[in-house]
Amino acid sequence: MLAAGASAQNLNGAGATFPYPIYSKWFTEYSAAHSNVKINYQSIGSGGGIRQVTEGTVDFGASDGPMSDEQIAGAKVKVMHIPTVLGAVVPVYNIPGVNKELNFSGDVIADIYLGKITKWNDARIAKDNPGVSLPGNAILPVYRSDGSGTTYIFTDYLSKVSSDWTSKVGKNTSVKWPTGIGQKGNEGVAGMVRQSPYSFGYVELIYAVQNKMSYGLVKNAAGKFVKASTAGVTAAAAAAAKSMPADYRVSITNAAGAESYPISSFTWLLIPTHSTDPAKAKVLADFLGWMLDHGEAEASGLTYAPLPKPVQDMVRKSIANVK
Amino acid sequence: MSTQPLSNQRRPMDFQSKSMRINSAWRSAMNYLVSGLSILATIIVILPLIAILFYLVYKGASSLNLAFFTHIPAPVGELGGGMANSIVGSAIVLLLASLMGIPIGIAAGVYLAEFGRGTALANAVRFTADVLNGVPSIVMGISIYSLIVMQQKHFSALAGGVALAIMMVPTITRTTEEMLATVPHAIREAALGLGVPKWRTAVSVSLRTASPGIITGCMLAFARVAGETAPLLFTAFGNQFWSFRLDQPIAALPLQIYVYAISPYDEWHRLAWAGSLVLIVMIMVSVTLVRIFANRGVLKGGS
Amino acid sequence: MSSPRMTTENESGSGLPNIVPAPPAKFVSDPNPVSSAPAAPSMIREYLNNCDSGAMADKSFAAVMLLCACSIFAIVAFIFGILVVHSHLSLAQFGWKFFARSAWDPVSGDFGAFPFIYGTLATSLLALVMAVPLALGVAIFLTELCPQVLRAPISFLTELLAAIPSVVYGLWAVFVLVPIMRDTLGPFLYKFFGWTGLFEGANFGVGLLTASIILAIMILPIISSLTRDIMTAVPNSQREAVLALGATRWEMIRVGVLRNSRIGIVGAIMLGLGRALGETMAVTMVIGNHPEISKSLFAPGYTLASVIANEFSEATGDLYLSALIEIGLALFLVTIIVNAIARLMVWAVTRGAPARVH
Repeated sequence: MLAAGASAQNLNGAGATFPYPIYSKWFTEYSAAHSNVKINYQSIGSGGGIRQVTEGTVDFGASDGPMSDEQIAGAKVKVMHIPTVLGAVVPVYNIPGVNKELNFSGDVIADIYLGKITKWNDARIAKDNPGVSLPGNAILPVYRSDGSGTTYIFTDYLSKVSSDWTSKVGKNTSVKWPTGIGQKGNEGVAGMVRQSPYSFGYVELIYAVQNKMSYGLVKNAAGKFVKASTAGVTAAAAAAAKSMPADYRVSITNAAGAESYPISSFTWLLIPTHSTDPAKAKVLADFLGWMLDHGEAEASGLTYAPLPKPVQDMVRKSIANVK
Repeated sequence: MSTQPLSNQRRPMDFQSKSMRINSAWRSAMNYLVSGLSILATIIVILPLIAILFYLVYKGASSLNLAFFTHIPAPVGELGGGMANSIVGSAIVLLLASLMGIPIGIAAGVYLAEFGRGTALANAVRFTADVLNGVPSIVMGISIYSLIVMQQKHFSALAGGVALAIMMVPTITRTTEEMLATVPHAIREAALGLGVPKWRTAVSVSLRTASPGIITGCMLAFARVAGETAPLLFTAFGNQFWSFRLDQPIAALPLQIYVYAISPYDEWHRLAWAGSLVLIVMIMVSVTLVRIFANRGVLKGGS
Repeated sequence: MSSPRMTTENESGSGLPNIVPAPPAKFVSDPNPVSSAPAAPSMIREYLNNCDSGAMADKSFAAVMLLCACSIFAIVAFIFGILVVHSHLSLAQFGWKFFARSAWDPVSGDFGAFPFIYGTLATSLLALVMAVPLALGVAIFLTELCPQVLRAPISFLTELLAAIPSVVYGLWAVFVLVPIMRDTLGPFLYKFFGWTGLFEGANFGVGLLTASIILAIMILPIISSLTRDIMTAVPNSQREAVLALGATRWEMIRVGVLRNSRIGIVGAIMLGLGRALGETMAVTMVIGNHPEISKSLFAPGYTLASVIANEFSEATGDLYLSALIEIGLALFLVTIIVNAIARLMVWAVTRGAPARVH
């Protein structure tokens, strides 16, 4: 057992809901193993993670959309990105009577959220799903109302596959959605889709799996429909793992490769580079070490992909800078 | 609501005429119609309450177990866990709010009733209190976030307590004032005539006589803020562990219910129902106590 | 006098800690002073000599009370100040046009409050349309028709309705009201009132109408209990006079009661409106949170309060945050104005009569 500090430490973090299931498991286990440390993590959304950590109201943040250059320049508290795991965003749907897994092309997903495709039996959805009888009901697109890294990953992907999306909406943690209804958090979107027949949404894979929701296959850059899995995510990260930039800010959506799942991403913890309280920085560094040693092994149990080996080695070096 | 005037006053008083009989029938029909409508309205209003209460008790009671009161939340997606830390957290935040809000509210009420009666300042304070009572709780939340959380650089139980305390003040002030106004002047004059200082008269005579009503006001204010979620979103923030420190984020029952209610997990839905039941029971007990206090109060007409 | 102990307590100045557990009122209950006074006249003289006039204590007590009273001004001023200061970025960028613009685009930093204002007004007014007739009905029933036995339980029940927290209403709405709207009430409305154009488009159970219904349920008890108090304040002689002219009960209520208290009733309705405008959690959970202006009541909407609840702690970018705080400012001002008008109206009627505080 590692001694993180003589006195009790309470750390507060906030941010992404995308990795919340694994973070809450990690922080619970870490606190159980270190009785004098409590790491409270509130899943308020990646936008919130960036905001609160740069305002200095929490000890660390979490985001699955990397901070933009302007955000880094404008931040009152300077932070570094530390990747933790990789995950996939999946299109979830609730169509009573349809049990088959549906296929979605990127441009179809974009047009559903642009309000151009409004019915489930639209010819373009039918084209990707031969042999499935789709109902004529209206589609209810559900999106994230809060600032969200899941939204960032999703809109980042849509921007890459649909020029309409780039010009009308763009990518960010919050965007101006042309249609649909907003819900708070991955939890909220999953809850809404589960409650509402004929709805369509996007959530992190684990939320779909834990709630036994139907999620679709997405066409990747190689033109193949791929089901989200840790293998698909790892394949998408293969190229990035070899040439990881020093600040870890990298997008792996729509990655090349026949096996790659196209809506994949790293998720990051945002750690202040100069903590006001060295004792807290020490706990964070210790936690990151624990995460590499123990935490990564638990990732695939919750359908997250662990960091590729070269990235893990890089992170281990970066931890030394947490002070 | 028709505003048709009573138009039959100038007619000759022949009660047997046809028009008079029709008129009389019409009036009596109207009377029954409106009575029926108001009874119907009452039933329509009572129904959702019974529906909500029944549903809450049904869903909540089947979800309550000992773990709910003794455990802290389990990691996402895992079974089990409870809301023990939220219950305690709510108690701490409400205690803080009461410690700050009740003295200030009562003191302001004492000023209005005992010292400033009739002055322009008192009227202005009274009016401001009424207006403050209507300010949305979410606005309190963002103000306290800007004032305390941004300055102190952390979310805290204290910030949550202050936000709720501000919401308690106007209700308590106005009830205290109204209750003090019902204390007969003769009692005050008797005390003053014995040479008791005015402050002592206010504390030991006026306040004491009006205390049942004032307690009612405090309980009403307490019940109102106990279920508030919006001001806590940006102040108390929530915490999945035990926390007893005032300068740390703290869990609160309404916050936890909100987070669980919008989630996709059945286990969390279950906990949300159980939490709601506990919250409602807590509030109902205080409202019922209010009724008992008010009915046994010295000044029955006052409440 | 009760005891010489008083002089020492005199100096403790602030009477605050004494308030709740007030010491027993010796002036009233203690029989000793009267009986013991003649026995020891010197003690009274001694006491009176030692006792200062209490002017200092009185003044400081009055000052503390005044301070607490003025803190209410301070609170309102401080909320207003904070909101203005923190929304200056957005105020400077968009000016008054902010309230007429309908953009809400965090990517390009283009913000306007109009869809939120529309959503807030639409849901609140619709809630009033549903709640006011019902609330008046309940108030009439309780004051004029109800048998004595039922009066207390029914008013107790409606007060309980007022005590249920917003988040619990939201929870109930999400799991009970939304499915009812989606599967039963929505299709029914579309079938019979679809021609009005108010029930167009896909109905998913969440949207303006659902939010209005839950708001109506929440403001009902406020309006009905205030109206009941106002109607109770009408003197019985008014009722008797109208009845004596041969009026039926309804005519008596209309002419004798409603006409006399109409200003107060309008005030009560305005107070309900004030509450509806600022209601946050339950609305956020069922309105759909999409900033659009649609004629259809099935369409999702967004209110001023719910956009703050959803986006405030997550907003990245100073302008975004500033725009949200300006929305808070708008909400603050609107509710203050509505409440001020309402209070003045209620006061005009119930002045003199014991009113309840809510």
